[in-house]
Amino acid sequence: MAAELHVELVAADRNVWSGEATLVVARTTSGDIGVMPGHQPLLGVLESGPVTIRTTDGATVVAAVHGGFISFADNKLSLLAEIAELADEIDVQRAERALERAKSEADAAAERRADVRLRAVTG
Amino acid sequence: MGAQLRVYKRRIRAVTATKKITKAMEMIAASRIVKAQRKVAASMPYANELTRAVTAVATGSNTKHALTTEVETPVRAAVLLITSDRGLAGGYSSNAIKQAERLTERLRGEGKEVDTYIVGRKGLAYFGFRERKVAESWTGFTDSPAYADAKRVAEPLIEAIQTETAEGGVDELHIIYTEFVSMMTQSAVDGRMLPLSLDKVAETETSAGGAKGEILPLFDFEPSAEDVLDALLPRYVESRIYNALLQSAASEHAARRRAMKSATDNAGDLIKSLSRLANAARQAEITQEISEIVGGASAMADATAGSDK
Repeated sequence: MAAELHVELVAADRNVWSGEATLVVARTTSGDIGVMPGHQPLLGVLESGPVTIRTTDGATVVAAVHGGFISFADNKLSLLAEIAELADEIDVQRAERALERAKSEADAAAERRADVRLRAVTG
Repeated sequence: MGAQLRVYKRRIRAVTATKKITKAMEMIAASRIVKAQRKVAASMPYANELTRAVTAVATGSNTKHALTTEVETPVRAAVLLITSDRGLAGGYSSNAIKQAERLTERLRGEGKEVDTYIVGRKGLAYFGFRERKVAESWTGFTDSPAYADAKRVAEPLIEAIQTETAEGGVDELHIIYTEFVSMMTQSAVDGRMLPLSLDKVAETETSAGGAKGEILPLFDFEPSAEDVLDALLPRYVESRIYNALLQSAASEHAARRRAMKSATDNAGDLIKSLSRLANAARQAEITQEISEIVGGASAMADATAGSDK
């Protein structure tokens, strides 16, 4: 069988990305986890962090995910997030501004969100 | 111009102005339905995946969780009623309110206290006018709700259900919203969100396009089944509320479009019958003038004929 798995990255209000991949790396509450085709069925809680998807044609898709779940069964991987953005959708300047504002206001949650966005872009 | 005719003309002008307004509202609502429907469709993948995940955890583990187990003697229930902020949408809000009244009645009949939570100014006005207690209310986003709004609504509800009943918490969570069946049909429905009954989850999944009787694999939970459930259920509630809000918004626009369409049609009919009356009045006026002139002329003729002799 082809070594690929189907990935659906969905946010609460839209479908962010879907396609075939060979490897998905995501950050769960108990550490980073890499899922390859044929992985055992899994259901985990995600932390805010970048998700890396290696597609079948060798490209890498990076997305910033803020909370959510990862579920894998029957070679189908779903990443559910309240907010999810692909790296090329992220407005770097806006994220930098948000990071500075969050730092000055000591808003830990906002700071973390902005930080995750920036890390997703820079890789 | 005769007094009668002037009155008709004035009424026609007034009705025409109203018709323009209702026509505009109809078209605005029609364009918004499509947008609202698209939002409902866009929220479906998330809702479906989440439902799948909840079913998987609930069936795949023997974990007992406060939100999935039924309390033996529930004493208090929360009812979330979704209405609109604005009127002129036909029976949209009042249907939802009526449904809420029926549900409240039923829950009271079962010996439960009912805490009411309301979304939308119309529902709030209804309860406010009757001086009934509302646990919490939200307004200002019913025509295009965002996920953040759903989160805001869900927060106190989740908190209430996690609080012990003795300390003012609730045992059950019901929701009333208007289901968007089609362009022409929207129906107010009520459903119990929590505690979860698994048949219902499976049912919503089937209606949402999932395969019935699908056997779910044994999942490996990360970090643990309890933690996953703990994190999953609030999201599930939020997503259900979000879906209900979106469907209600689509229904609201559809109801408004229909109400405004019949208002426009009625205005058209009214204009037609008024212009008939105005025409008749004008014709009567002319006839009267002619007969007055004829009468006057013949009287003059009679008078001159008399003086000649």
